[in-house]
Amino acid sequence: MFEKKYDALIIGGGAAGLSCAYAISKNNFKIAIIEREERLGGILNQCIHNGFGLHYFKEELTGPEFASRFINLIKNKENIDVFLNTTVVNIKINGEEKILSCYSKKHGVLNLKAKAVILAMGCRERNRGNIGTPGTRPSGIFTAGLAQRLVNIDGYIPGEEVVIVGSGDIGLIMSRRLTWVGCKVKAVIEIQPYPSGLTRNIVQCLNDFNIPLYLSHVISKINGKDRINSVDVTPLENGKYLEDKSFNIKCDTLLLSVGLIPENELSRKCGVQINPDTNGPYVDAYQMTNVDGIFACGNVLHVHDLVDYVAQEGIKTGESVAEYLKGNLKDRKQFPVYASSNIRYVCPNKFDPSFDNKFYMRSMIVKNGATLEVKLNGKTIKTFKFAHVQPSEMISVNITREDILKEINDYVLEENKIEFRLE
Amino acid sequence: MDKIYDIGIIGAGVVGANIARKLSQYELSICILEKEADVSFGISKANSGIIHAGFHHPPKYLKSRLELEGNLMFDRLQKELHFPFKRSGILVVAFSEEEMKSCYQLYDQGMINGVIGLELCNRNRILQLEPKLGQEVIGGLYAPTGGIVEPYRFVFALIESAKKNGVEIKLNFKVKSAKFNGEYYEIFSNKNEKINAKYIINCAGLFADEVSKICGGEEFNIKPRKGEYFLIDKSASYIPSKVIFPVPTSVSKGILVIPTVEGTCLLGPTAEDIDDKEDLSTNRENLSKILYLTKKIISQISEKDIITSFAGVRAALDTNDFYIEWSKKSKNLLQVAGIQSPGLTASPAIANYVKDLLKERNIKLVEKQNWDPFIEDIPRIRHLEDFEVDFLYNKDNSFANVICRCEQVSEAEIREAIRKGHTTLDGIKFYTRAGMGRCQGGFCSYKIMKILSEELNIDLTEITKRGENSYILYKKL
Repeated sequence: MFEKKYDALIIGGGAAGLSCAYAISKNNFKIAIIEREERLGGILNQCIHNGFGLHYFKEELTGPEFASRFINLIKNKENIDVFLNTTVVNIKINGEEKILSCYSKKHGVLNLKAKAVILAMGCRERNRGNIGTPGTRPSGIFTAGLAQRLVNIDGYIPGEEVVIVGSGDIGLIMSRRLTWVGCKVKAVIEIQPYPSGLTRNIVQCLNDFNIPLYLSHVISKINGKDRINSVDVTPLENGKYLEDKSFNIKCDTLLLSVGLIPENELSRKCGVQINPDTNGPYVDAYQMTNVDGIFACGNVLHVHDLVDYVAQEGIKTGESVAEYLKGNLKDRKQFPVYASSNIRYVCPNKFDPSFDNKFYMRSMIVKNGATLEVKLNGKTIKTFKFAHVQPSEMISVNITREDILKEINDYVLEENKIEFRLE
Repeated sequence: MDKIYDIGIIGAGVVGANIARKLSQYELSICILEKEADVSFGISKANSGIIHAGFHHPPKYLKSRLELEGNLMFDRLQKELHFPFKRSGILVVAFSEEEMKSCYQLYDQGMINGVIGLELCNRNRILQLEPKLGQEVIGGLYAPTGGIVEPYRFVFALIESAKKNGVEIKLNFKVKSAKFNGEYYEIFSNKNEKINAKYIINCAGLFADEVSKICGGEEFNIKPRKGEYFLIDKSASYIPSKVIFPVPTSVSKGILVIPTVEGTCLLGPTAEDIDDKEDLSTNRENLSKILYLTKKIISQISEKDIITSFAGVRAALDTNDFYIEWSKKSKNLLQVAGIQSPGLTASPAIANYVKDLLKERNIKLVEKQNWDPFIEDIPRIRHLEDFEVDFLYNKDNSFANVICRCEQVSEAEIREAIRKGHTTLDGIKFYTRAGMGRCQGGFCSYKIMKILSEELNIDLTEITKRGENSYILYKKL
């Protein structure tokens, strides 16, 4: 059995894991990235379209380019080991030490040990079963991400006539991609009355190609014995199916882009508490979960819409891990953060008044001219104006140390809380 | 000259597989004909997977007798064939005095049938057996001999054992015609392949009526009755340890909560008479009915934990009993039809019964000297400790390559499945569980396709979900 000891172990070599590794490695700690695929980069590798990096690198990159920026930063560093084609199957906790059980074709069973573990496993796609689409069970039904991989990495076209369920970003990107490779994308069907992907993707991937988007519609039945041959589509009105207005669309392929779920099976196994609002762990101001020394960042924590935010979060997490390893996170005073009116969730779930805190959150409403109010102990300390908010676009705000210290002088002694409200 | 088999078995479901394996004990040449791309792809693939205890049907039925006999055979079969099986126990729960009366009747019926260990329970006892039952429960019935099985794994193992003992199998062989020439049947497929067999055993499940007609046998009608199910992930907040039935109605045993041996949980089935035997579609109303009814039994059941839904079809006859006899119309045709619930439970006993029917016809049954009841137990890494995986890795490094992350299936297991003849994505899924978990193949199906294309030396576009026209990829970019 292969055994090795590190300061920190990062599970997942996608955008979150890479950026986190980069931040920790600057402090000369010995770390390892464990990646189950054959190369680093995660899902970015199959996202060959551009639009990545506008916030973080201030330039427009493709997915593989974005990944390679970080891969280059950590490449050939002596203090970083990378285990590819390696799957973590369990995390055991033995006092301060965490032991990862991993399997790989190269090393067999690996027991990797470290004081800090960073969860950066990303998310999986919701599938037909999760949305309960009735009908037959033929071939030709793919999650959008799987189809994207098959086209962009393996070089295969799934079918000729395509219907896409859900207007999530991967579905929109795939509408355009499949049109480019010669498929006929016949419709995008969205259950909500508003699109669930980024506005720029609706414009660039659907409108530019005259692909119809049916809002407030559902696939009410999948037809076909061996291969899918059509779908029944039914409009919704106030949550009710308007059966008599149903119509049929012929197709040989159905892609599902109906949301992502953070992959926390491993986290649960080692006692990490999961927030039902995000399906990711609860984390404090340092991205640490309820289990001492286990951190989380990226889509395993909450589903992001931009990889730039993932990288920011990964960097912050890496910096916190370094502080943790130096012993600087002991006895830090932290206070809770709450999502209030019209906010579905806020991440992280705690703040530390002694430094600047960045928060990510999602709106529950669609609104033009919205105001985000930040209340500290009931008193408004800051407001942010947004031209437009919608559930699919993540809101990210900074609350500085000064903003907080305006209100509380001796925070060490007090019980404090921050609350976010959207109007 | 073409080979003439002693026995041709039509249909490789749980009944055909049990008969094939039973008869492989004797000096007989046997060939199984299956129309699908893999065995167990019909009724045996999609059903409740319950080993019934034997109290649901009155003693007048043949099926009641075979159910009880079959139930008792499973422990030994499992030791020989290593399929997932567990005597989990079965509960019937009553929520009213009226329903409690039905439990008394089931108890009496079970006692007459000879069920071992049946127990009538009051509220305290039933809650002790299953603490998370709906609070209005007033009592019920407990059958400790009831159990659960992974039905397709049972069939795969039986077929493997039969093959090991000389039985041959033809997949993708859809019987189109069969003529008895006075000595043997000449059986043709829809692709004009030909097989000769002295006796035909009709185990064609949903299509037993059509096969009977083709072979010149009796006319009868198999009435398809569809049942829809939900599958709940093993990470669900609560999964009971026992199969839980409501009180049965005249048409079905009701909608149940069924833990599986592999740790997931089935909810269902509905019961709906349909016209099309191949109609495996699910419908929204039925699925919400399942949720409503099972939440009454166990309130923790949540739609959030659903990973998939599917449907299966029962092959019912008007008599509501099994029909296992020699054809009176066609020589050397043995009918094994109408095998609906408890067909899975009864199936090993059906095989014994069929063997006795062969004996009655003075067919010589000479036991083979070298018959081997055992097959090899294939290691599956999800059941193993780290050191065991490392041990296997030292012999074959593909045991340490995790292909399906949700169900933890290794590359070695996928390759083993393919080498055992499971060459479609569904076949591999049912043999290994790869793609059966919460992501439903989102992450692993392309990896499995690559292994398939390597093992079979075919292009990815030739791979299918379950044979015929169920291709996955249309063309190369």
